[in-house]
Amino acid sequence: MNANSEVTKLFPDLHPALNVRAAVVEANRCLNCFDAPCMGACPTHIDVPRFIKKIASGNVTGSAKSILEANVLGASCARVCPVEVLCEGSCVMHGRGEKPIEIGLLQRFAMETFYEAGGKLPLRKRPERTQRVACIGAGPASLACAAELRQQGFQVTIFDKRPLPGGLNTYGVAEYKLRTPDSLREVEMIRALGVQFETRDVNAAELARMEHEFDAIFLGVGLGAMHRLAVEGAEALGKGAAAIRAEVGIIDALEFIAAYKTGERSTVAPRVVVIGAGNTAIDAACAAKRLGAEIVTILYRRQRENISAFDFEYEHALKEGVEFLWSSLPVNISESDDGISLQCVVVARNETGGLEPIPGSEFAVQCDMVIPAIGQSPLVELLSLVHGMAMERGRVVIDRATGQTTNPKYFAGGDCVNGGREVVDAVADGKRAALGIAAAFAGREVAHG
Amino acid sequence: MADLTTNFAGIKSPNPFWLASAPPTNCGEQVMRAFDAGWGGAVWKTIGEPITNVSSRYSSVDWAGQRMMGLNNIELISDRPIDVNLREIAEVKKKYPKHAVIASLMVESKREAWREMVKRAEGAGADGLELNFGCPHGMSERGMGSAVGQVPEYAQMITEWVKEAARTPVLVKLTPNITDIRVVARAAKRAGADGLSAINTINSITGIDLDTFTPRPNVDGKSSHGGYCGPAVKPIALNMIQQVNADHVDGAPIPMSGIGGVGNWRDAAEFFLMGCGTVQVCTAAMHFGYRIVEDMIDGLSEWMDAKQFVTVNDFRGLSLPKVTEWKNLNLNYKIVAQIDEALCIGCQLCHIACWDGAHQCIHMDRVSGPVDGHIEVHAKPHEIGRERIVVTPIPKLDPPKTHLGPYATSLERIPRVGETECVGCNLCSLVCPVDQCITMVERPSGLEPETWAERTNAVVERAG
Repeated sequence: MNANSEVTKLFPDLHPALNVRAAVVEANRCLNCFDAPCMGACPTHIDVPRFIKKIASGNVTGSAKSILEANVLGASCARVCPVEVLCEGSCVMHGRGEKPIEIGLLQRFAMETFYEAGGKLPLRKRPERTQRVACIGAGPASLACAAELRQQGFQVTIFDKRPLPGGLNTYGVAEYKLRTPDSLREVEMIRALGVQFETRDVNAAELARMEHEFDAIFLGVGLGAMHRLAVEGAEALGKGAAAIRAEVGIIDALEFIAAYKTGERSTVAPRVVVIGAGNTAIDAACAAKRLGAEIVTILYRRQRENISAFDFEYEHALKEGVEFLWSSLPVNISESDDGISLQCVVVARNETGGLEPIPGSEFAVQCDMVIPAIGQSPLVELLSLVHGMAMERGRVVIDRATGQTTNPKYFAGGDCVNGGREVVDAVADGKRAALGIAAAFAGREVAHG
Repeated sequence: MADLTTNFAGIKSPNPFWLASAPPTNCGEQVMRAFDAGWGGAVWKTIGEPITNVSSRYSSVDWAGQRMMGLNNIELISDRPIDVNLREIAEVKKKYPKHAVIASLMVESKREAWREMVKRAEGAGADGLELNFGCPHGMSERGMGSAVGQVPEYAQMITEWVKEAARTPVLVKLTPNITDIRVVARAAKRAGADGLSAINTINSITGIDLDTFTPRPNVDGKSSHGGYCGPAVKPIALNMIQQVNADHVDGAPIPMSGIGGVGNWRDAAEFFLMGCGTVQVCTAAMHFGYRIVEDMIDGLSEWMDAKQFVTVNDFRGLSLPKVTEWKNLNLNYKIVAQIDEALCIGCQLCHIACWDGAHQCIHMDRVSGPVDGHIEVHAKPHEIGRERIVVTPIPKLDPPKTHLGPYATSLERIPRVGETECVGCNLCSLVCPVDQCITMVERPSGLEPETWAERTNAVVERAG
């Protein structure tokens, strides 16, 4: 799929790439810590000083390979990782009163230089094995799991219900962070290792067939649809694709992001309200702004300090011109002559910590598009098809070191296990599960971490 | 208020900062601009029978993203006719009578040729002469430059010829490309030289192009060794200057103009402390231009004011008595590394440097947290971070990290010095990226000072 060039223009890189000279200067700034905290903070434990010093020495190929050794999605992680709370957040330079090393940009420099020169994932020398593994879901967790399994010689097929592989990397990451073609390039690298991809919606019958055909199954299914907006009148409004076409109605944040990323649309209605204040809400709000919305308002029932978005995401939204309405709860939504009328009420915390409407505080927001971003539901229906697999609060229960579920044939990782974290967490989960699967085949135990 | 006016072996200049004989002093127009920028003197690019230079002349060594830590050149002496150089010297002296212009000379090793050259240079108004016995490339193949400077008898003979004819002070420029630089310095003293300048450039090949396999600089597919200078050679220059300035064989030390990696006032102050009367600068001026002299003057003056020195002579040579032979060092002096936990940023470079490169006495074995009221216990080395399962902290899902311990860096990342094993080598304090975080502190040994010389003498005496 080609990126919609109109959309691409609206979403220039949030952080410009480093050129060679700047990369070497920045790489030289790295102190080359021993047992570096950045490496410890990375869920995939990329050996950061190692890859950075290879940039400094002019060995960019070796640098990229050392990143890939730890994290097969090193290119997309370099773009989407919240480095402020991971590697760069733990950089010792903070203690020295200096800016942390720009690890994310250096990693991106190494990976993009490598791929642009035609670099491929190095495949280890190993015998082909006969055991077959199915990975359900084609997002980062499954990709990482499949890549590691291929490196060990296992036969792997990835199944996903969507036409393009890559999961949220392809459909759900804000365009100014990661573009769909970049996600797909990374998928192609993994395909080149010999991983099979099939588009298939998994149901009970499919699952039964897979259990029969495959020796192990990895669940990297992520989370399901976003929570529906449970507000009076919401049912009557146009939804999803219909809403997009009419430029009026309700569309959830992930649908909205996927729609512009796949080139389905490159404009948006002039007045947009996003409900919720997580990272996805911010992505959707900023996207609406870039696509030309005049007023984008984020409505959140609690206060600034309670938002689940990272601080840097919030700051970014402010810079994009997104407005915030705190302590605001929508209570009714209806279509009017002037688009959509969203009735809200101001809420305050009561003694028990609950939120209570303040009488007489009702107000209305006129808009054209409402984008709920209030979290995704777990795929309970699908996951409950697996016999004997324990779940807890909608999440699959696993052994952390091996990714194995309570059904020993099944392993799992990513959002369906952790409730929704980052790409890098999914990659770490997927790789650990691959090692767990390999160990299970070998009848070995994996040391618990 | 610092007074930088200088009288060096009879050559007067407004300050002790001279440009060395090199491309920055190639012509009158340059030298005049240099004087306008503040330089006190200039040693003219070596005058002699004009030569033909090659194209591609310099190469350098970069380090850790910084350009030109060291510079190498295969350029020869002046390629301009002698009378043009001399005419311009006369012009400069007329316009800048108070600045020092020293003519660097190199002619074939014949008495008449040298006498003739000396007369002409002095006739042009040069305040002094510098005999280039140091150029290590090209000219040496023709029996000049370091070919003279490497043979004390030649150096003495030519210096004597020059002294017979010269009315102005004569400086002999020494080559470092010799086993013992003092041998030629002594020859110069015996011949009556008024002063010395050291060091000239060091034979070098700076590097090789990994695609063509040709060393740099590349002259049509071939290269030749050149002369190395710049910040990289400063320690070598300081050592050789110390050797010469502390040498009393064949007479007391004579005035020394220090050369070799001087780039700022700090470098200059070190050369003066090692006994130099002036310094000569080349690479730094080639890198950043004449303007660098402004801070050399300013910085040195501020430092002298702070130290209450009025002239360079007030502190010149103060470090010479502080250099001795190893055998005279106190074997009973004991220092150990001390880490300031409040400043430590947890990079652990001291730990790995000590472990791999020194004496295995900086340990990663602190455990944080309240331990029976004590803040620190020494336990097994902590597990390497990469084996831990780590996730991205999400504000909604994860409680903020609680930080235990009294310092900004958590205690388990702060190394501990095992003082009983520490030999006081300094390595950790050298690699530590934070100023003053690792200091070396004295731990009195309780023993009387004793040197190796004293110890071995005592053994001899006992045996006797």
